[in-house]
Amino acid sequence: MKIKKNVAVSDSGFVFNPTTGESFSVNPIGMKIVEMLKKETPTQEISNYILENYETDAPTIDKDLYDFIEMLKQYSLIEENEKA
Amino acid sequence: MKKPEYTIGVTALNAIDNPGPGIPVIRALREAKSFDVRIIGLSYESLEPGIYMHDLIDKVYQIPYPSAGTELLFERLEYIQQQENMDVIIPNFDAELYSFIKLEPKLKKLGIHTFLPTNEQFEERLKVNLPEFGEKYGIPVPRSEAIYEVKQIPDIAKEFEWPVLVKGKYYDAKVVYNPEQATIAFNNIASKWGLPIIIQEFVHGTEFNVTGLGDGKGNTIATVPMRKQYITDIGKAWGGIAVSDDRLLQLTRDFIAKTKWRGGFELELMKNKDGEYVLLEINPRIPAWIYLAVGVGQNIPEALVNLALGKKVKPFEKYSVGKMFIRYSWDMMVDLSEFEKISTTGEL
Repeated sequence: MKIKKNVAVSDSGFVFNPTTGESFSVNPIGMKIVEMLKKETPTQEISNYILENYETDAPTIDKDLYDFIEMLKQYSLIEENEKA
Repeated sequence: MKKPEYTIGVTALNAIDNPGPGIPVIRALREAKSFDVRIIGLSYESLEPGIYMHDLIDKVYQIPYPSAGTELLFERLEYIQQQENMDVIIPNFDAELYSFIKLEPKLKKLGIHTFLPTNEQFEERLKVNLPEFGEKYGIPVPRSEAIYEVKQIPDIAKEFEWPVLVKGKYYDAKVVYNPEQATIAFNNIASKWGLPIIIQEFVHGTEFNVTGLGDGKGNTIATVPMRKQYITDIGKAWGGIAVSDDRLLQLTRDFIAKTKWRGGFELELMKNKDGEYVLLEINPRIPAWIYLAVGVGQNIPEALVNLALGKKVKPFEKYSVGKMFIRYSWDMMVDLSEFEKISTTGEL
């Protein structure tokens, strides 16, 4: 799974989709996830990164990460031919 | 090499909450790289803001309303031409285009060039003809029907799902949710713009607009798509952003190639929930947001003037995606004497 190639992500967490003209703001952890997805990082690896760097537990991460990725799909930011 | 200076007449100086394209067209012409300009504003009413924008417009003349007929318009333009020696006129109102298209050969004899769609192109893209247009050129369009009487509304109610759009033949559109609202909208719009009234299927989705320029031979000279970001109560874009979608660009190039469109235009499209573009309307003229196209690297009014004057124009190949336009309002101070002059003499 990866973020669409033409989607731009700035250092401040501003995400711009040039196909639809929509823009979004993500917080630092959201930005990190988007960056990792851009590099085609597997979801499990993203979960591990969050678990190592934030005070939280695996079930919470899995649920929140799943929700976040679903939201990215809903806003057409993920490549359409990719499966979750 | 010294640039040539052209005298160009421009209409639609109504930079109001439902803005005409005149002022952004003039801004574009003033920024043209291939020529300098002297701008002649052509107005209909004394309170069109552009009349008083002396830094943009050199001289203003009032012209008769389209309803007065083409003869009267021609007489007035003949008089203006004697004073100003215009090279090109860019008409920017839908309602006046028929007259200018009809007068094209006579204006050319006076030395005034235009670059407008043909009468056939103008007619076939009319809202009342949109279903046939979509079928002829293989472009998806919403279902629509032209009606002439309020009593046709109950029949329409059986054929369409609510809500529907009630549209005037030139301007105005209202979303209505039941036959009562449709009747009110019918009467309101018919009293302003006449008959027929178009009942159109309401397509849910995100609206995109594309402006472009066709050379009349099927070639695309320019095309810039935009998504409205801020829409006013009357549905006008107060902010928009240039987007990049290959399907949208291809659809526009197909439209130009199939129709051999001549002149500027605006396509109004809806991207439905299945991600398909449905063509809602074709405006046969430059839109009021044209300055965004200039801002992203495609000076469409400049290219249109060069085409009108028979010059070779290289198609634009790129534009900056992600640039936005945001409108604002500005109060000008105007001396009563200026208002008096344009109101009494028809010139300023």
